[in-house]
Amino acid sequence: MATATDTLVDAPRSSSSERTMRDVRPGRVIAWTLLFLGGVLMVMPIVLMLSTSLKTSDQIYDLRIIPASPTLANYVSVLTSSEFIRWFVNSTVVAVISTASNVFFGGLVGYTLAKFDFRGRYIVFLAILSTLMIPTEMLVVPWYLMASQFGWLDSYWGIMFPGMMEAFGVFLMKQFFETVPDDFLEAARVDGMNEFTIWWRVAMPLVTPAISAMAIFTFLGNWTAFFWPLIVTTSQDLYTLPVGLSSFAVRQTVQWEMIMTGASLATLPTLVVFLLLQRYIVRGVMLAGLKG
Amino acid sequence: MAEIQLEGLAKRFGNVTAVHDMDLTIADGEFVVFVGPSGCGKSTTLRMMAGLEDISSGTLHLAGEPVNHKDPKQRNIAMVFQNYAIYPHVTVRKNIGFGLYTSKLSSAEKTARINETAEMLGLEDLLDRRPAALSGGQRQRVAIGRAMVRNPAAFLFDEPLSNLDAQLRAQMRIEIKKLHQRLGTTIVYVTHDQVEAMTMADRIVVMRDGKVLQIGRPIDLYEHPADVFTARFIGSPSMNMIEGNMRDGLIRHDNADLPIELDRKIGHAGRVLLGVRPHDLHVTDGSPRVSGERGLHLHGTVSTVEPLGAETLVHLDLAEGSVIATAPGRTLPAIGEKLSVHAAPESLYVFDAESEKAL
Repeated sequence: MATATDTLVDAPRSSSSERTMRDVRPGRVIAWTLLFLGGVLMVMPIVLMLSTSLKTSDQIYDLRIIPASPTLANYVSVLTSSEFIRWFVNSTVVAVISTASNVFFGGLVGYTLAKFDFRGRYIVFLAILSTLMIPTEMLVVPWYLMASQFGWLDSYWGIMFPGMMEAFGVFLMKQFFETVPDDFLEAARVDGMNEFTIWWRVAMPLVTPAISAMAIFTFLGNWTAFFWPLIVTTSQDLYTLPVGLSSFAVRQTVQWEMIMTGASLATLPTLVVFLLLQRYIVRGVMLAGLKG
Repeated sequence: MAEIQLEGLAKRFGNVTAVHDMDLTIADGEFVVFVGPSGCGKSTTLRMMAGLEDISSGTLHLAGEPVNHKDPKQRNIAMVFQNYAIYPHVTVRKNIGFGLYTSKLSSAEKTARINETAEMLGLEDLLDRRPAALSGGQRQRVAIGRAMVRNPAAFLFDEPLSNLDAQLRAQMRIEIKKLHQRLGTTIVYVTHDQVEAMTMADRIVVMRDGKVLQIGRPIDLYEHPADVFTARFIGSPSMNMIEGNMRDGLIRHDNADLPIELDRKIGHAGRVLLGVRPHDLHVTDGSPRVSGERGLHLHGTVSTVEPLGAETLVHLDLAEGSVIATAPGRTLPAIGEKLSVHAAPESLYVFDAESEKAL
């Protein structure tokens, strides 16, 4: 028999379910369905990549997501019979140095443009920003000529030099530094720090979200860069991962299972970086109003 | 510790003069408060002393040495900012330690100095906390600690209490004053709060539009304001001002029952402003014809009543303008009630209506 208490306890439950029902509007259903389909569209290539990496060459065109007889043989093969590890190291060196360089120079220039009042500051900023409008394809020839003249072809420096400092990083850092109150910097000046130390020890730690966002974008950009490294390198031992993986298609016919295995392994560092810095990246992206 | 001397110190931003030629000598160990409304040039003057703003003209001496072209770090002064300016990414210990950044002390000595400073400010238990975990008052103490830790020649405070609530502000006021008594270091303090100026300063510098209006001890400024601005700025509530005409030593005004006779001779004729502090203007029972008292007698209608416990502030609408008077704490006049108020002749101030200078 239902008591008064039961009725009281049950009442909100039923009204809550009514509310839930009311919330299920057609517009919402369509939105969720579209989002779900979008999500599937995004995830499917990754699932297929992982799935293919676990298949043998004769199972490649069997589009089942879970392979009939999954194998790690491709991973063993990629890691032992190709120069995958070398390419991985190359990509890591290029991406890490470029990222550090971008954070350093982007931070330095962004800070200068945001916090120092000097004649022509706005023009300098506009000049830097305007470089964002020039497509990479247009720059490749001058870069190549420059690398050739300086003897940088087929070297780490040749791969890295165009991306050591990017206008987007300067812009991002400048916007963030503008939000740092001048009092922090002036307090440091009164405390006796020089301008470089103020930037390094006071200003930079205050814009960690911007640094994280910039670092992940630069790292990803360099990790996945294909066009320029392909042009500037000829020695196989200087290939970066994307260039090296493409060689599976050119030199030994198209070995999809090897390409997918290499791509799966290549995804791991970016995944790790993202998971480690997730909190900062999301905050940085939100504050900077960027899209990934 | 050091004497600070300003000789014709001026600051110009393009065509705008923020600080006009300022002459002032701040004695070693003195507590001087710059007070004035926003934009009066008080913070700019302080920033020139700190070296954070270039000096357009004039000379600044610290301990007898000209320092116009010296960087902030070379001046051996410490500054406490309005927004605390303590770094959120490091602990209290490191924040205080930043003050010793250029010090040549060994790390053991630095640690000892940090601990000693923390103890003086009651921060010993908070040394390993980040600023986000501190209250406003604690953050301000950390900022003071960072300034104190290196034994500077002078402290510069730029509106350090303006972000605190009223209760905490009163508490910190006392703490800073005690600190000054204990350390005896020269302090230059900027505020727009006249209560802070009155309660803390050895001397007050009143500024307006980049110019110094008056310099003096708090009580001197209160009792002998040089002009209408200082008279109204110092003291709370502000001094009442009534327009009148002065002739033969008597002031006549439409609101007053009789010509106002002063307790001193002023050889001035023409329009004047008669000043009276609310605490000197008392609610009375009747007219001067009845009481026979000399001084200022006014009649008006009660517009607002502010009971403060020990006394009640009564706002009166007069035929022209309004005044604030004081009644005993338990007296609560009704709104709309007709009242008479009286001020003794010795409590009246007279200013020239044109120049607004004291007569």
